[in-house]
Amino acid sequence: MTESTKLPSGQTRINSLEMRNITKRFPGVLASDHVNFDVKSGEVHALLGENGAGKSTLMKILYGLYHPDEGEILLDGKPVTISSPTDSINLGIGMIHQHFMLVPTLTVAENVALGLPSSRGALTDLDRVSKRIIELANIYGLKIDPDAYVWQLSVGQQQRVEIIKALYRGAALLILDEPTAVLTPQEVDELFVIMRQMVKDGHALIFISHKLHEVVEICHRVTVLRNGRMIGTRPTSETTKQALANWMVGREVGFAPDRGTTTLGEVRLSLADVKCGSDRGTPGLRGVSFDVRSGEILGIAGVSGNGQRELAESITGLRKVTSGKVYLEGQDITNLPPGEITERMLSYIPEERMRDGMIKDFSIAENMVLREHHKQPYSRYGFLNLRGIATHADELIAKFRVKTPSRETMAKNLSGGNIQKVVLAREISRNPRVILAAQPTRGLDIGATEYVREQLIEQRNQGAAVMLVSEDLDEILALSDRIAVIYEGQVMDIVQRENATPEKLGLLMAGVHPEDAAPVVK
Amino acid sequence: MRSRLSTLFDALLPVLATLAALAVGAVMLLFLKVNPIEAYAALLNGAFGSFNSFAETLVKATPLLLVALGICISFRGDVINIGGEGQMIVGAILATWVGLTFTDYPGWLITTVALLAGFLGGAVWGGIPGILKAYFNVNEILSTVMMNAIAVQLMNFLLRGPMIDPAQADVASKIPQTARLLDIFQLPRLAPTRLHMGALIAVGLAVLVYILLWRTTLGYRIRAVGQNPHASRYAGIKVPRYMVMALLLSGAFAGLAGAIQVYGVNYRMITDGSASGFTGSAGFNGIVAALFGQLHPIWSIPASILFGALLVGANSMQRIVQVPSALITVLNGLVVVFVVSSEIWRRRRQRRRLAAAPEEEPSPKPDQTEVQKKEEAQP
Repeated sequence: MTESTKLPSGQTRINSLEMRNITKRFPGVLASDHVNFDVKSGEVHALLGENGAGKSTLMKILYGLYHPDEGEILLDGKPVTISSPTDSINLGIGMIHQHFMLVPTLTVAENVALGLPSSRGALTDLDRVSKRIIELANIYGLKIDPDAYVWQLSVGQQQRVEIIKALYRGAALLILDEPTAVLTPQEVDELFVIMRQMVKDGHALIFISHKLHEVVEICHRVTVLRNGRMIGTRPTSETTKQALANWMVGREVGFAPDRGTTTLGEVRLSLADVKCGSDRGTPGLRGVSFDVRSGEILGIAGVSGNGQRELAESITGLRKVTSGKVYLEGQDITNLPPGEITERMLSYIPEERMRDGMIKDFSIAENMVLREHHKQPYSRYGFLNLRGIATHADELIAKFRVKTPSRETMAKNLSGGNIQKVVLAREISRNPRVILAAQPTRGLDIGATEYVREQLIEQRNQGAAVMLVSEDLDEILALSDRIAVIYEGQVMDIVQRENATPEKLGLLMAGVHPEDAAPVVK
Repeated sequence: MRSRLSTLFDALLPVLATLAALAVGAVMLLFLKVNPIEAYAALLNGAFGSFNSFAETLVKATPLLLVALGICISFRGDVINIGGEGQMIVGAILATWVGLTFTDYPGWLITTVALLAGFLGGAVWGGIPGILKAYFNVNEILSTVMMNAIAVQLMNFLLRGPMIDPAQADVASKIPQTARLLDIFQLPRLAPTRLHMGALIAVGLAVLVYILLWRTTLGYRIRAVGQNPHASRYAGIKVPRYMVMALLLSGAFAGLAGAIQVYGVNYRMITDGSASGFTGSAGFNGIVAALFGQLHPIWSIPASILFGALLVGANSMQRIVQVPSALITVLNGLVVVFVVSSEIWRRRRQRRRLAAAPEEEPSPKPDQTEVQKKEEAQP
């Protein structure tokens, strides 16, 4: 692997890429502070850090989306200037974005050819593109049909199309931005096989991830960033998950919060064969039944888009239930207006917190009373009690450790983690009987994630019934007492946490019943 | 320090934009071989030069402010009310009808009832497009404009037919106007000028609208629905209801403006057959005044006075330096274009400042936005 300078794809190998002393300033923020980073042919180098640590900034500089204020980029020892993504593609750098850049209504070949000049001038050359795709697919073991439409492909297959696209454009170095975030455990394994093959063939890979166990598993070296500064680079063989987490956050962190003890109480939330539509007009839920009891967390595991959103919305009254019943503390709340369901002390931490959980141009204090503004002590006879609202906001800001200049700060000026704390504070402070939490830690950094999880456990221990929807299996396993796996609008199975393994859940998430799986536990 | 300067700049921006508009207007005046300094002096003098002219400015500002107050409510609720003209007309028709029908009651009572009738008429005329939008998803910009057309024809029919001034009914000219209101029904004047109680009512209502928007649950909900209907719905607020409320209240204030024009200025309803023949385009200019006042009821007061001054001053400019009246309209339009553009520019600047702060959002970001951000981040 040292002699040949060509990759199997025919592309010249990038032996080394070095970013030296990269500094990038934004008004008031030092996003990247003299960071050094390098990656060699034949290795996976992980870039690890919390939100806002500067990972994205660094990679956007490498991909030509930002320009560094200081520092230089050396390719095989020679300085290069990258002023646009075109430059970086020409140099052999490819990027797999977290959210795929594919046109669903086009075929794989059409997507790959998109934006490239045709070898036949004004006429398309899709047959040649297809041939090349099959060639590349054979070399790297990527099973893909060039004539398949993208909308027909699973998320994992779409990711392979993205990889092919980058290889087709001659990528020798690939930046993978949180590539596993949307995959099932099985798909992650398949991706890792592909990545190992590419590394063996001499590619250089940069792997951005929050998930420490993946970093330890697949990467050779890891570089940790914190607040725009480089904390250090180490071989992964010399480190552990726990050490990396502490390094990343700068203090000791706990992964699985202490769950404490709880007593299982009465059934608070009950669904009986609930069906509803989805936004696309197809069935969203196809008959879902389960109970959530006081003092327990029911985890809803599943790959995104399998009915999680519809589930939460049909319970909260935001989506019309077409058949079946939803009971809250024994009372039928099916299709009641959302306001009335709220009044019965059901709290909801929505998945899209910026869109559904919060009003960006309202102050924190105003956002804190979004649900309760019409009640005392926040208002009386239709007039707001500003003092009551302010006191409430100050209490919650202190209690939930929201980092903000003041309670009058507009919500849009807070970081993602602090916004989630505001939503959490608002929903939890009402002492709800039932809490629905949808992806409560998605996009949050380790510190905020830890905090949100502790709060959910705390609510459970105080007797709330919690339904936790999450695509993160680690989170589901760390928090849930029971786990329901949802697939295509149906609950595949409900398993006790003690009996759940990532493999078993992964199979269920993919719609496969493990042969040895116990019948549905009620 | 930097941010404070920046805030000050933002606050002064409308004023700077106005000055820039006047500068462009000056160039036009030069082309017409008119000394711009002389012309603007005439404008200033006409608007503020004497006690009388200032009073006249305030008279023009009153309907602007009332319409602007309604606009503050509807735009904050994210419903665009272009129907101020029609709402003024319907309000005025109802108010006039009250004054001409119930002539045997005390003056204060009828005046009050008439103004309330105007308020109500405007509310109905605004509420209809509100309901259409909230429950049938009809675009409110279209429906409010349509409602204007209906109101104009209604006015022309009534003022030429059932409600025509008996004195006009018999003569050939048939000016579309109603009979004159009894003297006891007229809003009291504040000084030996045309300035009337309506101006005070408008200022008092500005304070009330401020309280409504920021001190009541109704205002909280209107603003919440306007800013983010999704989050409002998730929080249990009945979104359609507050959309209707926003448009209904907006119409009500315009209706009141129409009623006050009748009871404070003309003492009868009169038109030339067009909407502006009665309203003087206050239903549209009020929108500009509200935007100029940053959709804040209190800031709408100086904004309305400024536009009132432009209207009055422009008349005197026209008289003194002999420019065509079309130029006055152009000048007005220039101010609007500059102010609205400066507001868009301010928002974009603000967004850029926010975007420049590096945040790793988990939300989907297509390539284009990233490239765009990159362009904006570059000095």
